[in-house]
Amino acid sequence: MPIISRGFHGKRQEGPSDRVPPGQYLTDDFPVLSAGPTPHTALEDWSFSIHGGAEPVSWTWDEFRQLPTETVTVDIHCVTKWSKLDTSWEGVSVDTLLDAVDHDAAYLLAFSDGGYTTNLPVEDVTGGRAWVAFAYGGEPLEPEHGGPARLLVPHLYFWKSAKWVRGLSLRDEDEPGFWESNGYHLYGDPWREQRYWGD
Amino acid sequence: MRDPRTLDGNAIGGLMLELFGVDLTPAPTTCGSCGAREEMARLDVYRGAGIVVRCRHCEDVMIRIVQGGGRTWIDLSGTSTLELG
Amino acid sequence: MAGAVQETPRVRTLLLDAPGWADHRAGQHLDVRLTAEDGYQAERSYSIASAPGEELAITIERLDDGEVSPYLVDEAADGDQFEVRGPIGGYFVWDASDPRPILLVGGGSGVVPLRSMARHRERVGSGTPMKLLYSSRTWDDVIYRDELETIGIDVVYTLTREQPPGWTGYARRIDRELLEETAWPAEQKPRVFVCGSTRFVDAAADGLLELGYEPGWIRTERFGATG
Repeated sequence: MPIISRGFHGKRQEGPSDRVPPGQYLTDDFPVLSAGPTPHTALEDWSFSIHGGAEPVSWTWDEFRQLPTETVTVDIHCVTKWSKLDTSWEGVSVDTLLDAVDHDAAYLLAFSDGGYTTNLPVEDVTGGRAWVAFAYGGEPLEPEHGGPARLLVPHLYFWKSAKWVRGLSLRDEDEPGFWESNGYHLYGDPWREQRYWGD
Repeated sequence: MRDPRTLDGNAIGGLMLELFGVDLTPAPTTCGSCGAREEMARLDVYRGAGIVVRCRHCEDVMIRIVQGGGRTWIDLSGTSTLELG
Repeated sequence: MAGAVQETPRVRTLLLDAPGWADHRAGQHLDVRLTAEDGYQAERSYSIASAPGEELAITIERLDDGEVSPYLVDEAADGDQFEVRGPIGGYFVWDASDPRPILLVGGGSGVVPLRSMARHRERVGSGTPMKLLYSSRTWDDVIYRDELETIGIDVVYTLTREQPPGWTGYARRIDRELLEETAWPAEQKPRVFVCGSTRFVDAAADGLLELGYEPGWIRTERFGATG
């Protein structure tokens, strides 16, 4: 039984419980968590590519920014227990990107500058459930939050929304990425509290 | 120029003490990628979904730690040697 | 918690009564864990401000967007309880048996473990030459200000944001030139302890290397992006 510290409550907010998954706390902040140093890839060197389909496909930054975009407002849930509601992003739907590839893959591994990876079923990044986002709160996405572009998959724990994303590697099998190979759940549904292996 | 958010191995001294029962901050470690040898206190530490310890010379991952649900997962595969005593 | 000393408007030292606490070494830290009534927990590390053998004390700076520091600096009162783990750290420690001249370089609340070392030196009557180079934003932000005048070591201040009228001391961030004028000459093979934000520590350590200090002489503790 831990010792209770009188009067301590941290920085949590009150909020609608039907929007806060089990075990989560609401915050107004946007904590910066990362697995390594912030990369600083120049836009002229940036590309987004998809491998593992009939042929590899890639976009330069300019080509990427020509694609149709969407602005979405979503709730995000970090496995470290904070949730943030009504966050606003602008990005290219992953549907749009995958439509450019001839493939029949069931899974993918997203990869980022700095070596981070995370695995996802293709089904979870299509049907309007995922974006490659380049703006947050109406402003260009800051490097510390994943800019110039990050993956955004709000229905899963936020470690799946890979910062500094540079592409997707289509796979037939679900292969664990950076955190999934070291204790975090392969799928990561916050509503079923799938944080760790075996949850 | 190191990322200003970077901590060092001192920041995980308490965690390591709890997990291994010994203070590892002065323990020399050898990076499995580049062979650099530094005390754990001098390695770069990042807090993400879990803790990532990187070599300060080549930035490759040396240690990953995830804690939750009463369990701890530690990947030491990026550290080729840890010297104790 | 068994007492408190307000050091500056944002910084407070807490005196702790910790049954079972093993004595620490100068420079070590401890981890504090707070638990709210609903079970929510938060944990932070704080350098020990007291010297070995003194009543256990930690010094905390309130961070504006902090979660734990505002509670410890503004709310916590005598009799309040929290969990501590430690002492921790066998790297960033100074034992009085080390005969080499010591240079302490602190930025903001990075001065806390260095103060433990200076107090330790005085308590054991050590004759080891020791000097503190202490960077703060303003004179009002200097922690342990009065105590540092009588602690028996040379203290050089640099105030980086604002200086009091008539200030003749340093008024800029630590750079190679400032170190050259204040640090022990490399020929003396000093031992150095640098503590502060990551940016501060890297700048100070790089400056000392340029003066001919060897990497093995310099021990560092980084607090991250704060300060």
